[in-house]
Amino acid sequence: MELLEKNEQVQTELLRHFENKIEKGDSIEPRDKMPDGYRKHLIRQMSQHAHSEVIGMQPEGNWITRAPSLRAKQILLAKIQDEGGHGLYLYSAAETLGISRDEMISQLHSGKAKYSNIFNYPALTWADIGAIGWLVDGAAIVNQVSLQRTSYGPYSRAMVRICKEESFHQRQGYEIMAKMMSGTDAQKEMAQDAMNRWWWPSLMMFGPHDSESPHTGDAVKWKIKRHSNDELRAKFIDKTVQQAEVIGLTIPDKDLKWNDATGHYDHGAIDWNEFYKVISGSGPCNHQRMEHHKRVHAEGAWVREAAEAYRAKQEKQLLHS
Amino acid sequence: MTKDSQLGTWEVFMQSKPGANYIHAGSVHASDKGMALQNARDTYTRRGEGTSIWVVPSEAITASNPDDNDMLFDPANDKVYRMPTFYVMPEGAKAI
Repeated sequence: MELLEKNEQVQTELLRHFENKIEKGDSIEPRDKMPDGYRKHLIRQMSQHAHSEVIGMQPEGNWITRAPSLRAKQILLAKIQDEGGHGLYLYSAAETLGISRDEMISQLHSGKAKYSNIFNYPALTWADIGAIGWLVDGAAIVNQVSLQRTSYGPYSRAMVRICKEESFHQRQGYEIMAKMMSGTDAQKEMAQDAMNRWWWPSLMMFGPHDSESPHTGDAVKWKIKRHSNDELRAKFIDKTVQQAEVIGLTIPDKDLKWNDATGHYDHGAIDWNEFYKVISGSGPCNHQRMEHHKRVHAEGAWVREAAEAYRAKQEKQLLHS
Repeated sequence: MTKDSQLGTWEVFMQSKPGANYIHAGSVHASDKGMALQNARDTYTRRGEGTSIWVVPSEAITASNPDDNDMLFDPANDKVYRMPTFYVMPEGAKAI
């Protein structure tokens, strides 16, 4: 009993020390003591973030062979390579919390770990590649800029690196949309159609409204999250509406209206039923995305085996030389 | 699912320009040093961020324990004679 009490005291002391550090604005580093809840929250969020980068390569990869010009193809390839890189930064940062890469991939495959819901939608036309870069990456940037100041050092540093690269992604997307909007009627229609399909899922990327968000409490207290879902969503809407106007696209929300009192746009109701339907597996591409990842991962197993065999052979030769 | 090797972990250090310090960039997975270097290049310098890369097996790094910080990084307030301002210079002396 005495031992238990003592243990509890130590734990309380550690927690106070940790929270003082957070309070002061110090970053938390891998070897620092941290509460289990903090570690778990980060592993969940960072692995989900990493998985999103990697799964996000699929809808865009679908258009590499059909890019309308060599220039467009080079850009798309570079962007997709960046997404793979971003996944690696984040896996590497998450590994510092004590979870292995293998475990993260297993959790993705078993469905225990999620990825961003947005990638369960298909990229149907070339305009979708524009909309993904402009809207999806645009929304991701708003979130990631905020996360540059997250309290966990390796996560924050990965975000700084990602943000530097991400603005090219958004600009190439907006350029595609602008180009189509200055084209033929059919091209304009295609761009508007992509806008109509990607707008609402992009708003959903910020997650449930603050009043409904189950993970916000501790994440804010521990400064993992620096802005609320609704704040970030508003920031995204405010800057995107003007960009849409410039190129003549219509935001598919008849309730969208500038509000002088709040200094933000008011927007129509988000269809959260659809969000929960898609997140729980019934989106148009959930099955396809996961099957593809599993298949490619399994098909690549021989490469990893061969690499290990090569290393073993090299070491043996070194020993005998 | 069977246990799948994700290859060993290597820490990546990059020098951003000649003469600069090597700074930790993150880590990569690779089976040997050659692959580690190649993966580090593909992952961390897609935009010419570096002029040189070091890769080190993660397990070869020994890190200090944050609990020892007080002992290791004592600011040495009692050794002010390590600071140039500790010394009194004769009036009129220049360029010292």
